[in-house]
Amino acid sequence: MDPIRVITQNCVGCKLCVKSCPFEAIALTGPLVQGRTDRNTAVIDLGKCTLCGACVEACKRYNAIVITRRTFKGQDLSQYSGIAVFAEHRGGKVASVVPEIIGAARELAKQRSCTVSAVLVGKNARALTDELLSYGVDEVWMIDNTDIGDFDEDVQADLVTEILLEKKPEVFLGGGTVIGRSLLPRVAARILTGLTADCTELSIDPETQLLKQTRPAFGGNIMATILCQNHRPQMATVRHKVMTPAEKVASPQGKVVELSHIKVPKSKLQFLEFVEEKTATVNLVEADVIVSGGRGIKDPKNFDIIEKLALATGGAVGASRAAVDAGWIPYSHQVGQTGKTVKPTVYIACGISGAIQHLAGMKGSDMIIAINSDPNAPIFDVAHYGIVGDLFQVVPELIRRLETPG
Amino acid sequence: MKVFVCIKQVPDTTNVRINPETNTLVREGVQSIINPFDVYALEEGVRLKEKYGGTVTVITMGPPQASDALREAIALGADNAYLVSDRAFAGADTLATAYALACTVRKLGGADVILMGRQAIDGDTGQVGPGVAENLGISHITDIRKIEEIADSRIVVERLLEDGYARLATRLPVVLTVVKEINTPRLPSLKGKLAAKKAEIPILKASDVEADVERLGLNGSPTQVMKIFTPTRPSGGKKFTGEPAATVGALLEELTSAGISIRKSGK
Repeated sequence: MDPIRVITQNCVGCKLCVKSCPFEAIALTGPLVQGRTDRNTAVIDLGKCTLCGACVEACKRYNAIVITRRTFKGQDLSQYSGIAVFAEHRGGKVASVVPEIIGAARELAKQRSCTVSAVLVGKNARALTDELLSYGVDEVWMIDNTDIGDFDEDVQADLVTEILLEKKPEVFLGGGTVIGRSLLPRVAARILTGLTADCTELSIDPETQLLKQTRPAFGGNIMATILCQNHRPQMATVRHKVMTPAEKVASPQGKVVELSHIKVPKSKLQFLEFVEEKTATVNLVEADVIVSGGRGIKDPKNFDIIEKLALATGGAVGASRAAVDAGWIPYSHQVGQTGKTVKPTVYIACGISGAIQHLAGMKGSDMIIAINSDPNAPIFDVAHYGIVGDLFQVVPELIRRLETPG
Repeated sequence: MKVFVCIKQVPDTTNVRINPETNTLVREGVQSIINPFDVYALEEGVRLKEKYGGTVTVITMGPPQASDALREAIALGADNAYLVSDRAFAGADTLATAYALACTVRKLGGADVILMGRQAIDGDTGQVGPGVAENLGISHITDIRKIEEIADSRIVVERLLEDGYARLATRLPVVLTVVKEINTPRLPSLKGKLAAKKAEIPILKASDVEADVERLGLNGSPTQVMKIFTPTRPSGGKKFTGEPAATVGALLEELTSAGISIRKSGK
């Protein structure tokens, strides 16, 4: 039996499902609607259908579309409780996404009346426990072992898996970082549970008590809310710079639970070296102000006015895909769907038209300022303030004003 | 060297626009393409073959029309291609997809290097690569910007991180996901185009790859989409037009009254 079916006798050929389908998978090409000669019933193209359920929702009145899912057997979900977060760290520093995930976890824990724990594995892990406790976690589940290298991601995935299997949290969250988005899929595939990538919103469904995981797809054109009903833990990676970081607590009450009985395996990965990227300005993802240049820059040597404005604002330099593809600036500066996602306090877009892929990477910025000669450029739709004008006149003027004291 | 490249056929989202009246996706005229990141993976696979010999096999899981993407892959230098297509795969999330692809690689005799893009531009998850590796019980490294060398079953790569890159080595076989910095893909050659036209693309069903149907498609997918919606679009803010001195002045005034300083020393 197909997982999604149209119940022909219920279908009235109203087309609501066709309109609701984000994937153009439905057409009114079935047998005639009962009692009519001018309308056909809906047919679903399984090749295009992703079983997202939008049509089922749209057809609530007639109940003509059903999705049948076999329920899983076996796992006793009642054994699982509490929320755990992956305490990513490197070079003796807790990743900046971690307080954000703990912040999100504490909000969820309030709704669910449960505890929040941090999963911490690594050499010198102990040195990081005070910081984690200060964010208000109830427990730090720790394996501190000199054999766990910062880049031994396979070993870390093994250990995290073992900890989750032993402690049985019902939710496990990690950062939507390079490491988080590599380690958590490995863990989820081993435990055989669900994982939602790069969530921008998390909440507890009041009725089912399940974790509602909302994320953008299609470059931010579509938002999807995802559930993991029958498997635990419900896992998600969380986009950096979206959640509010946990506030530090005055006197941390949490405790450290050592799990030294879990054996540390040998890594198959060999770390050779880490080369830090040295840019004239600050790290893009962490920057408070970002000045970005796009196609309107026209020439690589013109990029220096973007750099000058970045310097005047104390910010970092970003770029659109057009500027990177033209070879004007390295890929590491690219903001957008296929580059970095940023959320600075102020984002200044210079000569960027605002393709949807670019907007996907920066529209979460607190304030967006656009400078573009085309008054109809889509960037102005998302900008809080816009200047219509030639960037080669506007930007130098802005630099001059910023550099003038007072 | 046996290289596998996993690709995905996706709608070309660079052409996707929002209809401002209905707030829905305009998909008319939107073509299906090979996921752009996978094109870099394919190019890297072809380069490995050119350097070390061997074969490049491309696989994709998808509906029958996904064979177009496989033909294109052959035109771009792949030796052979398989379409993994079965109604049993419908509704697969990343876990079920990774399982099906891993079964396929195993059934086709295994690989030394499995390449794919860091993520697909429609789903944007990046979870299938690590999942395939886990299902095959081999290593994976994501976000590769360079394959330095392969010698005696040892591979040295550069992995892009937020603040730089790490040089790592591991033993083959391995799953690598690549970023676009890794190469500049070639255009299809005439010879490739001819090969693509003539190529036979076998279709593999769930039973052909000896997959456990319980782990496929909707049944094998722990995650379910509860709802899909279009995000609310911001309506745009204040726009200044005129001489630079006036527009910049007006902007700075607005910022000041909003209590925001973009001056370096003013922070």
